[in-house]
Amino acid sequence: MPGWIKGWVLPVLLLIGWEAGSQAGWLPLDSTSRPSLVYQAALDGLKDGSILQATWQTLEAAMLGLAFATVAGVAIGIMLGLSARMESATRPTLDGLRPIPSVALIPLALMLFGFGLMLEATVVAFACFWPILLLTIAAVHGIEPRLLEVARTLELGALERLRKIILPATLGRLMIGLRLAVAISLVVAVTVEVVINPRGLGSTMMAAQQSLRSDVMYAQLIWLGLVGWLLNALTHRAVRAWPGGAGAPA
Amino acid sequence: MKAALAIVHDAAATGSERAQPAVRVLDVSMQYGSAAPVLSSVSFDVKQGAFLCVVGPSGCGKTTLLRMLAGLIQPTGGAVEFFGSPVLEPSRDRAIVFQDYTKALLPWRTVAGNVSLSLEACGVAEPERQSRIGQLLATMGLAHAADRYPHQLSGGMQQRVQIARCLAQKPRLLLMDEPFGALDAITRQGLQEEVARLAVESGTTVVFITHDLEEAIFLGDTVIVLAANPGRIAEQIDVDIPRPRAQLEARENPQFLSTRHRLFGLLQGH
Repeated sequence: MPGWIKGWVLPVLLLIGWEAGSQAGWLPLDSTSRPSLVYQAALDGLKDGSILQATWQTLEAAMLGLAFATVAGVAIGIMLGLSARMESATRPTLDGLRPIPSVALIPLALMLFGFGLMLEATVVAFACFWPILLLTIAAVHGIEPRLLEVARTLELGALERLRKIILPATLGRLMIGLRLAVAISLVVAVTVEVVINPRGLGSTMMAAQQSLRSDVMYAQLIWLGLVGWLLNALTHRAVRAWPGGAGAPA
Repeated sequence: MKAALAIVHDAAATGSERAQPAVRVLDVSMQYGSAAPVLSSVSFDVKQGAFLCVVGPSGCGKTTLLRMLAGLIQPTGGAVEFFGSPVLEPSRDRAIVFQDYTKALLPWRTVAGNVSLSLEACGVAEPERQSRIGQLLATMGLAHAADRYPHQLSGGMQQRVQIARCLAQKPRLLLMDEPFGALDAITRQGLQEEVARLAVESGTTVVFITHDLEEAIFLGDTVIVLAANPGRIAEQIDVDIPRPRAQLEARENPQFLSTRHRLFGLLQGH
């Protein structure tokens, strides 16, 4: 039996057990629904566009937040990585801010931006900023010092040094930070939607739950799992496709 | 005396430039904190176009000295002058070939790309850049490897790439920090001959650091022997073996042997 078939055995058995248990009346229909109903709800949701629209809203906020975090995290990370003085000066501030759970910023972000895209994107950005910042600093520290000396002896300007030495030398590790952040961005975006923001998959799942449509809720939950898996697979491929040796000089 | 011996290739050079040494090291000391000094009261001149070899045991501060000439570090005492101006910062005029070529090349750039880095830094624009890269790679015997990456090359080839990159910036002073120390004997001898030839052809002033006495005598117009603890000049000696020097003949030259004999004891002395 090929490996990939082995992996499908458990989910298929679970689905069969779920359907059979529900048909036999062992499982309460209003909270556990039933695979056949969930499948129908998924088809309906995809047909009328509601699932795709909610998915787009969630991804939009996640990617915007991720973009903020990447720009800020890489820029600040490179500055702090290059300057030990700046790093030690900002270290206590950063260490003080970092333990704040990102979702604890929801009230503040709500006051600042109201409901909508920016509320969600800023909370996502805060959550994604830290892994990107820390991995960028580590990546800059990991640059071969000899290469920075080569840059000095060639009198490269700050921008040239950044473009020709620092960015290519750190890209490998930056991609690892980015991959981590992609996963975090989806988690935080959905969390903000579940908690308060009236948009995206998190919000439509809450609405389904409140209107006792467990079939719709399960459909979106499974869909969200697929989206997350796909996102992870895509970033994984992007990271691996990056030219080898870009990160660590052999 | 300096004026008489200086080799000046630029016919337009003025009288004062002619008199001026390329490098002047004045009473240089280097001490980290309260530890024993790495270098103590080192002074010497390097004439324009001369090939100076500095040889010494490990820990004598020869790499520290070279990094000062490059401007990568500053001495704690004394001064380093380059054509009369104090050396305070690195400059494209002074290229440095590092010993650890694997760390000094950009792993994400090809051989041609690594050489291009210097030309980009010097502001050489595109059509000219390509032809300069082609010339340099041909000079260093790298033409067939232009599109390969450093990790695909042998150590000797990688060091050739680094030398090509340094030549690309047309330096007035070429600094070499034990460039062949990590290479096998045959590769090393080949590269020694090439560097000697290139230095004469280009008229570039060279300061070459090594722990190999024979390499120093083979290459140098002048050999300085450093003693350790603290690093100081133990002996400075001129080598008048005619150029071009071929490995076998030069090493059998009576002056080579007598110089080697005289300096050998100094290096064993500690």
